[in-house]
Amino acid sequence: MLGVVRQKMLGQSFPKIRPAVSVLRSYSSAAKQMTVREALNSALDEEMSADPKVFLMGEEVGEYQGAYKISKGLLEKYGPERVRDTPITEAVFAGIGVGTAYYGLKPVVEFMTFNFSMQAIDHIINSAAKSNYMSAGQMSVPIVFRGPNGAAAGVGAQHSQCYAAWYASCPGLKVLTPYSSEDARGMLKAAIRDPDPVVFLENELLYGEPFPVSDEVLDSSFCLPIGKAKIERVGRDVTITAFSKMVGHALKAAEILEKDGIDAEVINLRSIRPLDRSAINASVRKTNRLITVEEGFPQHGVGAEICASVVEESFAYLDAPVERIAGADIPMPYAANLERMAVPQVEDIVRAAKRACYRSVPLAAAA
Amino acid sequence: MGRQAGCSKGKGGSMHFYKKDSNFYGGHGIVGAQVPLGCGLAFAQKYSKDETVTFALYGDGAANQGQLFEALNISALWDLPAILVCENNHYGMGTAEWRAAKSPAYYKRGDYVPGLKVDGMDAFAVKQACKFAKEHAMKNGPIILEMDTYRYHGHSMSDPGSTYRTRDEISGVRQERDPIERVRKLILSHDLATEKELKDIEKEVRKEVDDAIAQAKESPMPEPSELFTNVYAKGLGVESFGADRKEVRATLP
Repeated sequence: MLGVVRQKMLGQSFPKIRPAVSVLRSYSSAAKQMTVREALNSALDEEMSADPKVFLMGEEVGEYQGAYKISKGLLEKYGPERVRDTPITEAVFAGIGVGTAYYGLKPVVEFMTFNFSMQAIDHIINSAAKSNYMSAGQMSVPIVFRGPNGAAAGVGAQHSQCYAAWYASCPGLKVLTPYSSEDARGMLKAAIRDPDPVVFLENELLYGEPFPVSDEVLDSSFCLPIGKAKIERVGRDVTITAFSKMVGHALKAAEILEKDGIDAEVINLRSIRPLDRSAINASVRKTNRLITVEEGFPQHGVGAEICASVVEESFAYLDAPVERIAGADIPMPYAANLERMAVPQVEDIVRAAKRACYRSVPLAAAA
Repeated sequence: MGRQAGCSKGKGGSMHFYKKDSNFYGGHGIVGAQVPLGCGLAFAQKYSKDETVTFALYGDGAANQGQLFEALNISALWDLPAILVCENNHYGMGTAEWRAAKSPAYYKRGDYVPGLKVDGMDAFAVKQACKFAKEHAMKNGPIILEMDTYRYHGHSMSDPGSTYRTRDEISGVRQERDPIERVRKLILSHDLATEKELKDIEKEVRKEVDDAIAQAKESPMPEPSELFTNVYAKGLGVESFGADRKEVRATLP
């Protein structure tokens, strides 16, 4: 049984993990810590070692050791044929990646951030996502597009967008959003092994965050199923869905809500496409209240899809309107105080949960 | 024609047939997108040490696409065995080449990538050029072949093809440069076959084509269940939806 691990390191506190389904083995007395960066690096290393068809391509992935050091050491280990530094030409290297996947290789294409994936989005959608369908199964595309997604800190509007909703709306793609190191390892391995195009949305601010990992997670065969959410915290009163960095915020919000007698269930979506609708609906049917949390723009966002799904499948179970917490409906401002207002904070999630439980202060009067 | 018997089983489209086992990787609906894909195939061939090359074909219209220049740079940088073939029929849909390109010397677009201009209406020239290009690409990396050719019909079924050029131009090319006519004249002038033998071949081929068309027309349209197949290679049992999701749902295999 894992003891409660609560430490403050460098001003960060770890989420309290109460596993609903325990993957932690009792013979490991002290769980190893691993950062998300180490998790991604080890996953890439193991998959490249296991399958010579896997190769990595992107800007600065080789000699620079990775713009965020995710591919550190891989060039030395696997050589320049398999770890390819590219020019700043997203359109062509995404297209080349898809072409190699048509031929049977297994490319991992890195975008320095997903903002730059817009240069290549035609290849992601029209060359990768649709090929298997258009060729009636002849041309499958076992490619992974990965890189940091969403807001970092103080990088401005053109470098801060979250692309989860855009890519997840496209049939033929799989869209994954890891949170913890366990997520990062298990899901990147699953993505590389998957025969379909996967958009793997990481988060720059999570790269340095350590999480406990069990021996099972550290095993080279470890893999998480695509399309399954994880209940990070079991609760009774309100369901909070989140993905990527927002999972950490949701867990912190749950701790605050607990002091006010509200027991929140936190779902780490892990997979935006396929979306684990059955897990979300099962949770809402239990708690009767739902808060969706995401970093990206609110209109046509992930929360909108979750809300629609719950209204369609579990309308009779809702005791309150679904609440959406999302990034502000503006291009990301630069000034630190404005940026803070443009991204969901823990107090936003707490306030929304209280509203859903009819415990909030009266709403500010509309102008 | 959107039928079951088609190589894309009706799911792709009129320009989207594929035959991977014959090394034909299909066409692409986005003008120019096929060139990076072709360079990707060349990359994979080199990575796998298969000693084969890729021909990536595009038109004079596509030649102005940015991704082509990106493809030339990266193919040259990485010595990819890619042969970029510009089928220059002098019209991008309804736009003549002089209205779209500052320089119509497409074979020179490579700058540091060598290019050959080939009479695309001469079958033997095309064959020799391809042979040369393959040898070059295997040893030295990418090369451009510009095939000077012509399109008699309109760009598509909805384009009469006569609003942006004269009928005299079309018939002139057909009379003077038609590739099949040229070969026929060569065969006859060298007594390689008689007129009758050639006519018999034509009749036989016409019959083969007509039979194929008839067979294609007889093939049924895809089953409704095909709506939901091949979305993924591995569907993981997820749900997909029709227009009315309460009415039409499917589990993806």
